[in-house]
Amino acid sequence: MKAKFASVPYLLWMVIFTIVPMLLILLFAFTSPEGGFTIANISAVGRYTDVIMKSIWLAAIATAICLLLSYPFAYIISRRSARRQQVSLMLIMLPMWMSFLLRTFAWMTLLEKTGLINRILGVFGIGPFEMINTPGAVVLGMVYNYLPFMILPLHSVMMKIEDSIIEAAQDLGASPMRVFFRVVLPLSFPGVSSGITMVFVPAVSTFIISRMLGGGSNLLIGDLIDMQFLGNAYNPHLGSAISLVLMVIILLCMSIMNQFDDDVDMEGAIL
Amino acid sequence: MNRHKGISRFYTGAVMAFLYLPIIVLIVFSFNKNKSRGAWTGFTFDWYVKLFSNEMILTAFMNTLLVALVSSIFATVIGTAAAIGINSMNRWMKKTIRTLTYIPIMSPEIIMGVSLMLLFVFLRTEMGLPLEMGLLTLILSHITFNIPYVIFNVLPKLRQMDKYAYDAALDLGCNPWQAFYKVVIPEIMPGITAGFLMAVTYSLDDFVISYFTAGPTSQTLPLAIWGQLRRRVSPEMNALSAIIFVIVLLILLAGNLSAIRRENRERRVVER
Repeated sequence: MKAKFASVPYLLWMVIFTIVPMLLILLFAFTSPEGGFTIANISAVGRYTDVIMKSIWLAAIATAICLLLSYPFAYIISRRSARRQQVSLMLIMLPMWMSFLLRTFAWMTLLEKTGLINRILGVFGIGPFEMINTPGAVVLGMVYNYLPFMILPLHSVMMKIEDSIIEAAQDLGASPMRVFFRVVLPLSFPGVSSGITMVFVPAVSTFIISRMLGGGSNLLIGDLIDMQFLGNAYNPHLGSAISLVLMVIILLCMSIMNQFDDDVDMEGAIL
Repeated sequence: MNRHKGISRFYTGAVMAFLYLPIIVLIVFSFNKNKSRGAWTGFTFDWYVKLFSNEMILTAFMNTLLVALVSSIFATVIGTAAAIGINSMNRWMKKTIRTLTYIPIMSPEIIMGVSLMLLFVFLRTEMGLPLEMGLLTLILSHITFNIPYVIFNVLPKLRQMDKYAYDAALDLGCNPWQAFYKVVIPEIMPGITAGFLMAVTYSLDDFVISYFTAGPTSQTLPLAIWGQLRRRVSPEMNALSAIIFVIVLLILLAGNLSAIRRENRERRVVER
């Protein structure tokens, strides 16, 4: 069939704008500014171990909170009528249509020392609390921005769990706990694992949330990369090495998640 | 059972409140006279007036629209052709290309951003191409991350299509081009439209990839917002976010209403 050739422009595009750039990161990570091969950049990343560990830790906490918040939420929604499910999903996605930056900025105004929360607490004579520029604020920002990414894949698998299956388990004498652990949880697992990847990946690589809500003292991997490419510390070779480390972390996370399920419907999760 | 219902209502309500509270606060304070947030000192439209006389934000807005439209059109054409090609490949090729197509979707935006930045710098300094960071590099980057969304919207439609419809058109005397235009394109049109719309929204909203590929002269709206936020948080930003929120809300409501109306009409036709 000649139809195959219709994809040639795309294949060329993909090679030039996706594969070559990725290879360039690899090339830059293993070369010095003078052009020779070196592993100095990679070993220099070792200096930032604490930042890397902190990024993984904060992103993991945010992912766990998202999962705990979303799981009951998605389940409740999935038991509603089709029409009400659609409305609820629309309400979940509506905030995502507003600029990510402005939503994070909204939390800045809420958490500030003279912000709304502290003022309201002040009326009752409590506070003011130091909320902004803390690791907690960064986690809050991650949870707030990426919560829909957890709810949507969870909902799309739970929607397919039919009431009759749950009722059958109940009829056969299973306690509510047993119904949950033996029926609902296993059936929703593909949604759990794709939700975890969809929250963890952007959370571990963010530099906006940490910059806006974390102040200068809560640097994450993303901030390090940004500083090497567009910041004062300009050094694309070191930046590429850090990017490479970030990619390895993410690939590890994804392959761990893939262990749990082999047939995630990616198209469904994204759309 | 009733108690359960009450608890689930309360829970979903609380999560919704968490999602909407910051947005509501922003909108309310866009009408606040006082420059410092937190204290309410009176109602004003000043920030909206100032916003519309802000040359920088208006230019950025035009740039955003331009980049989104141009890149989405290119992405839709390249992506649709790609989907048609991929659909006619054997299993192995299909799987390989699909996996490669996931790279831009699954890899973190910051990696996409810096890798494209390296590419443009490399092409300029090593190959001598006139690729200054600006609108052109922005559009090229946006096409790159938009194509996969088009492909993944069109592919399922191609799979659902009757395999023999195209051959039937040929048998009935269409030449291959006519068969393509009159049979294949109408069948996959919903996928193409959905892919195009998705590309436009991702492009309008993109910050991270634009941040690394825009250069100092050509700003998009998200980049302008970032610049403002870094300097000093100004209430004009509240006004801007309120406007964007209301526009999106209206678009979604209109879409939902027309869907309901269509549903009702179809039901009436069925009943008749």
